Amino acid sequence: MAVEAGRMRSKEGDWQRNSRGREFKERVIKFLLTACAYLSIFTTIGIVVVLFEETVRFFLDVSIVEFLTSTRWAPNTGDFGVLPLVYGTLMATFIAIAVALPIGLLTAIYLSEYAPRRLRQYLKPALEILAGVPTVVYGYFALTFITPFLGNNLFSDIDSFNAISAGLIMGVMIIPTVASVSEDAIYAVPRSLREGAYALGATKRETATKIVVPAALSGIVAAVILGISRAIGETMIVTIAMGSQANFGGTPLESMQAMTAYIVQVVGGETPRGSAVFGSIFAVGSALFLMTLALNLASYWFVRRFREIY
Amino acid sequence: MTQSERTREEQRLTGVSRDRREGRRDAGRPPAGDNGTLGMKIQDLSAFYGGFKAVTDVSMDIRANKVTALIGPSGCGKSTYIRCLNRMHEVIPGARAEGSVTLGDQDIYAKGSDPVVIRRRVGMVFQKPNPFSKSIYENVAWGARINGFRGDVDELVERSLRQAALWDEVKDRLKESGYGLSGGQQQRLCIARTLAVEPEVILMDEPASALDPVSTQKIEDTMAELKKSYTVVIVTHNMQQAARISDYTGFFYIVNMGDPGRLWEFDETEKIFSNPERKETEDYVTGRFG
Repeated sequence: MAVEAGRMRSKEGDWQRNSRGREFKERVIKFLLTACAYLSIFTTIGIVVVLFEETVRFFLDVSIVEFLTSTRWAPNTGDFGVLPLVYGTLMATFIAIAVALPIGLLTAIYLSEYAPRRLRQYLKPALEILAGVPTVVYGYFALTFITPFLGNNLFSDIDSFNAISAGLIMGVMIIPTVASVSEDAIYAVPRSLREGAYALGATKRETATKIVVPAALSGIVAAVILGISRAIGETMIVTIAMGSQANFGGTPLESMQAMTAYIVQVVGGETPRGSAVFGSIFAVGSALFLMTLALNLASYWFVRRFREIY
Repeated sequence: MTQSERTREEQRLTGVSRDRREGRRDAGRPPAGDNGTLGMKIQDLSAFYGGFKAVTDVSMDIRANKVTALIGPSGCGKSTYIRCLNRMHEVIPGARAEGSVTLGDQDIYAKGSDPVVIRRRVGMVFQKPNPFSKSIYENVAWGARINGFRGDVDELVERSLRQAALWDEVKDRLKESGYGLSGGQQQRLCIARTLAVEPEVILMDEPASALDPVSTQKIEDTMAELKKSYTVVIVTHNMQQAARISDYTGFFYIVNMGDPGRLWEFDETEKIFSNPERKETEDYVTGRFG
């Protein structure tokens, strides 16, 4: 359409904004959005309240001091010392992080600093898809592949359920999380910082490891803590591959039970509701919740404390 | 007639583009009678981003222990050019340069020449202050350490900070983060960091453009000090700054949009600002365009 000669503005009447009922629509939208936001918050609060309520009921029967300090966990005989379960969870988590931290971080450095741009474009989403493998698959992979492999090649006295295969495979599971989140942090370090290092005669390796990674430290720590949280809360792998025998002080080659695996065992069994054993899952659940909460708070604190303003 | 119309008209009449005829001339030769020592010699340097040629055929003799300013309108290749002088240009994916840049008796673009070594000898200060996420002390000491400095680091840090006119402001907070400093202080920290590796030449890409007038003044004072022991090349958009601080000035110009930038005129600063040879230079330095 041709522009009319001499016309600098639109015609009278070209602009007709419908403002009828505007106020009302704005209010409805605001209400809907607010309601959705509060729904998720209140649901979470509700769950936590129920969890703590049941926990308190459990501690009316069982001493909280015994729960937190005893190293014997045998619910059927009334021994409720949670430490063996915590030990199992931490053992698997520790092994997992020992795998995921170095591999995840090096992957992130490679993707951000060394990989050709095109390759990064494909590798990054592929990595994130890897995070979507169902954990139950990882679990029986650990049980039917890793454990026999380790038994045949390295440790002949390995238990058929053991912490090391569960931990190793859990490490593989969280590599994508650690790699992807820390890659985001590393990639976000501005190019000007890298150029500053190059301009001093730094090599690519010196720039990547001594300038870029330290500048992305808060994001990397957040990634690792996220990985630890996932490992602590992970259920299927430890249930399938690590065993169901509480074991305090055992070696990684032995069978042991994680907190989550215990909860699965009780819920899936025939334990009567209202019994002390049934109540114990809420106490264990609370302990698990507090552990991950503490980690998330630590992560939040760390990110705020050490975030760099470029 | 506008500048580009005039150029095109002339091109039509003569059949030869004006820059082809005159662009290179003897633009880069040092002025007659000049007997300063040579800091860097640039010959027929062209810079590319992928298939796009951003700068073409620049030849320039840079005098040692002098300040050489590069001026010109935006997008005419000054920054690209200066980044070629310490092989920083090629850090950008797809970017490359052709031609020769001689530093001492070495062509930094010769086969086998190591950019890591070159960048230590030709330091660079960037437009936006870019301190590392380290303490003030470590910001200065880091470059020296990775380059194998075995002397007294404390002394080197103090000397570099003093040369950058920052020592008095930071001497009591050397362990604090470099990010806690003001923009002008950060830029002087970056200058100190560059000085700490003791380069022969310092390149500055609009080092004061993001700073307030007081900080700019401090940076300019620093530069006057620096040229006693360093060769300085500075890109600036600020013509008063070029006139105040530089001994030589190169004017970069681009004839038509999409053409590569060229070194249009290069001479003693006084000559460029008072009596330039070319019309475009005069128009630019008198503020008629750009």
